[in-house]
Amino acid sequence: MASHLILSKLWKTGIVSEPPPEADPSLLAEVRALNGEILRVFGRAVVVRHVDAGSCNGCELEIHALNGPHYNIEGIGVKFAASPRHADVLLVTGPCTANLETALRRTFEATPDPKWVVALGECAATGGLFGESYASRGRIANVVPVDVVVPGCPPEPRQILAGILAAVQTEPRRGA
Amino acid sequence: MPHRIDLTLLPQHGNGPIWHFDLGAGRLTAFARGIQEEGGQLLALWGSDDRHLGGGFALHTAYLASVGLIWAETRLDEREPAYPDLAHIFPQADRMQRATRDLLGLRATDAQDDRKWLRHGAWGAEAFPLRKDFTSPSPEGVDAYPFVRVEGQGVHEIPVGPIHAGVIEPGHFRFSVIGDRVLKLEERLGYTHKGTEKRFEGMDVATGARLAGRVSGDSHSAFTWAYCMAVESALAATPPARALWLRALFLEIERLVNHLGDLGYLGNDVALGFGFNQFWRIKETWLRACKDHFGHRYLFDCIVPGGVARDLRPEAADTFRRLTESTRRELRELLDIYEEHAGVQDRFTGTGIVSPAIAARMGLMGLAGRASSQAWDARVQFPPPPYDELDVRMALERSGDVAARARVRGSEAMESLRLIEVILARLPAGEWARALPATDELRQGLGWVEGWRGPVIVHVRIGKDGRLDRVHPHDPSWQNWPLLELGILGNIVPDFPLINKSFNLSYSGADL
Repeated sequence: MASHLILSKLWKTGIVSEPPPEADPSLLAEVRALNGEILRVFGRAVVVRHVDAGSCNGCELEIHALNGPHYNIEGIGVKFAASPRHADVLLVTGPCTANLETALRRTFEATPDPKWVVALGECAATGGLFGESYASRGRIANVVPVDVVVPGCPPEPRQILAGILAAVQTEPRRGA
Repeated sequence: MPHRIDLTLLPQHGNGPIWHFDLGAGRLTAFARGIQEEGGQLLALWGSDDRHLGGGFALHTAYLASVGLIWAETRLDEREPAYPDLAHIFPQADRMQRATRDLLGLRATDAQDDRKWLRHGAWGAEAFPLRKDFTSPSPEGVDAYPFVRVEGQGVHEIPVGPIHAGVIEPGHFRFSVIGDRVLKLEERLGYTHKGTEKRFEGMDVATGARLAGRVSGDSHSAFTWAYCMAVESALAATPPARALWLRALFLEIERLVNHLGDLGYLGNDVALGFGFNQFWRIKETWLRACKDHFGHRYLFDCIVPGGVARDLRPEAADTFRRLTESTRRELRELLDIYEEHAGVQDRFTGTGIVSPAIAARMGLMGLAGRASSQAWDARVQFPPPPYDELDVRMALERSGDVAARARVRGSEAMESLRLIEVILARLPAGEWARALPATDELRQGLGWVEGWRGPVIVHVRIGKDGRLDRVHPHDPSWQNWPLLELGILGNIVPDFPLINKSFNLSYSGADL
C-alpha cells in the first residue's frame, strides 16, 4: 500500500529543483585566475568533505538544506563524501576550537592534493562572536590555509554552492 | 516539601513557576533526595565564581518538581570549594559535575566518576577558565582519557570520531562489540567547547542575546527566549504581550522545522530517500517564508531583550496561514506513508529502546523523554505567557524506540501547526519591544523555555556596570546523551546512525 501512496505523492509533487547559481569569484580569499582548463577536464564534478571545527550547528542546518530537493547538487556534479581521502574540497565550519585543532589539521593532511578549503560562515571567516580565547583558535585560516571564504550566519544554501563552485574554478593548492 | 525542610521559595518576577532559594551545602543531599522521592528531576547543575562579590563560590542546581522549576544556590568555601556528590541520586548530574570541576574547580566529594569532561588538552588540571582570575591557559599537550574497557573473548573496539562521516557535529564514540552487537558505547564529548560561558562575561546585554542564540544554532529561538526571560526577570521588566506571542510563534516554527528535518533524515537513514526529499521540501518552504517575512531563514536575532526585533505584517500572516494549511495536509499524508511502510516500520520498531523506568531513573527529558513516558512539557504544565492561553496538548508514547521518537515528532509538529494558527488568529495588537530599565546593582534571573529538543535553561547575572557577569546556558542534551549509550545496547552497529538521529542531540549545546 505504501508504494501506491509514494507514487501518487511523487506525481503530485513534481520536480522542485531549481537552476544552480553561478560561481562567485568575489568569495575567493585572494585574487586568483579562474582556470578554464580545470573546468574543461573535470566538468564541475567535485567531492566535498564537511568538517565541523566547532560550529554552533547553524551552518550544518544550511549544508543539510543544500542537500535537499530544491538545490539538486548531485545533478550538477557536487557530492558529499564520508572521508577526506575521497574529497577535493574541505568545507569547514565554526571557529576552530582548541579541542579540534589537531583533528582539523589531520583531516587537511589526509585530503589528497589537489585540494581546496572553503571556510564557511561568520565564525570560520573571522572567529565570529566566539573570537579567540583559551578554547578557540578563531578563524579557520589561523589553522589551515583557506581558499574561499563564505560569510553569513549561517550562509544560505545558494551562497554555499557559489563558494564551492568558485573554489574549484581556481588553480588548486598543492603540497600546502 | 519532603524531609520537612523549611524553605522560603521566592518566585521570580514575571515567571510564576520559577522559584529561587539559598540551600546550605549540608542540606543539599537531603533536598535532592526529597525531590527525587517526589518524582522530580535534576534539570541542570552549574557553578559561579562569586569571590569578587564577597561570596566565595556557588553551586547552582535546578530541579523540575510539582511546583515548577526550583533553582537552588549553595554557597561553597572559597579555599576548598566542594559539595556532596549528587550523581548517586540523579545520575544525570555526573557530566555536569565533571564539567563544573573542569571550568571552576568545584569538586563533588565522593563522586564515583571524577574523570575530566570538557577539558581535553587545552588547559591544565589546576587552571579554571570560569574563575575571574583565570588568565592565559597552559596547554597540557597530551589529552589522555581513560575509557572504560570491555574485556573478554571476541570483544573488540570501534573508535568513531571526533570527525564523523556525515554532515554532523564532532564527538567521539567508542563502541565495544561482539560481531556487530554493541556491548557498550562510551561517548567522549567536549570537542566543540569554544569557551562560550567565558565569552559572555563583560558583554553588553544585547550582544549576549546574540551569543545565547548561538549556543546551539538549531535551538536559536529557545535559547534567546530563555536568555531574554532571565534578563527581563533580573531587571523586573515585562515585555509587551505582542512580543511574547511572537516569541511563541518563532519557537513553534523552530520546533516544526526541526521536527520536519528529523523526520526526513529518519527516512533517509532507513533508505527511504523519498521521505528525506519530501520533508526537506516542506521544510525549505518554511525557511524561505521566514526569510521573506522575518529576514532570516532560522529567525536568528529576531528575539531581543525587551521584546522582538521583527513584527508580523498582515501579508505575512496570510502566507503563514496558507503554509500551515498545506503543511498539515502533506504531513498527514507523509506520516501515513511512514506508518504503512513495512521497511520503515521494520527498522523503527523495537530499535534503540529506552524503557520508561530507565528514562525516569536517568532523567531523560524533552521529546526523547516523552517517547519513553516521561510526561514533562513546560508548555503544558508550567506555561509561561502566552502558552497559558494556548492549551498545549502533550505528545506521549511509551515504547521508547525509534518509532516512538518519530511519532512524538509527528504529533508535536501537528500541534505546532495548530499553535501557529491560533497565534496568527489571536496575536494581540500593540508595541512589540520595550526599552529595558537600567540598573546599577547586581541582578540575576533564570529563563526556562521548552525548546524543540527539551527544556532549555539560561541563568543570567548582570553586574553593577550593567554588563554580563555570569551566564550559564543549559541544553537538555546534557541529560539525554547518556541515554543514547543505553539505548544502543544490544542493537547492531549499523543501527547506530538511525538511533542517534532519533535522539538528534546537540554537541555544541552541551560542549559550550
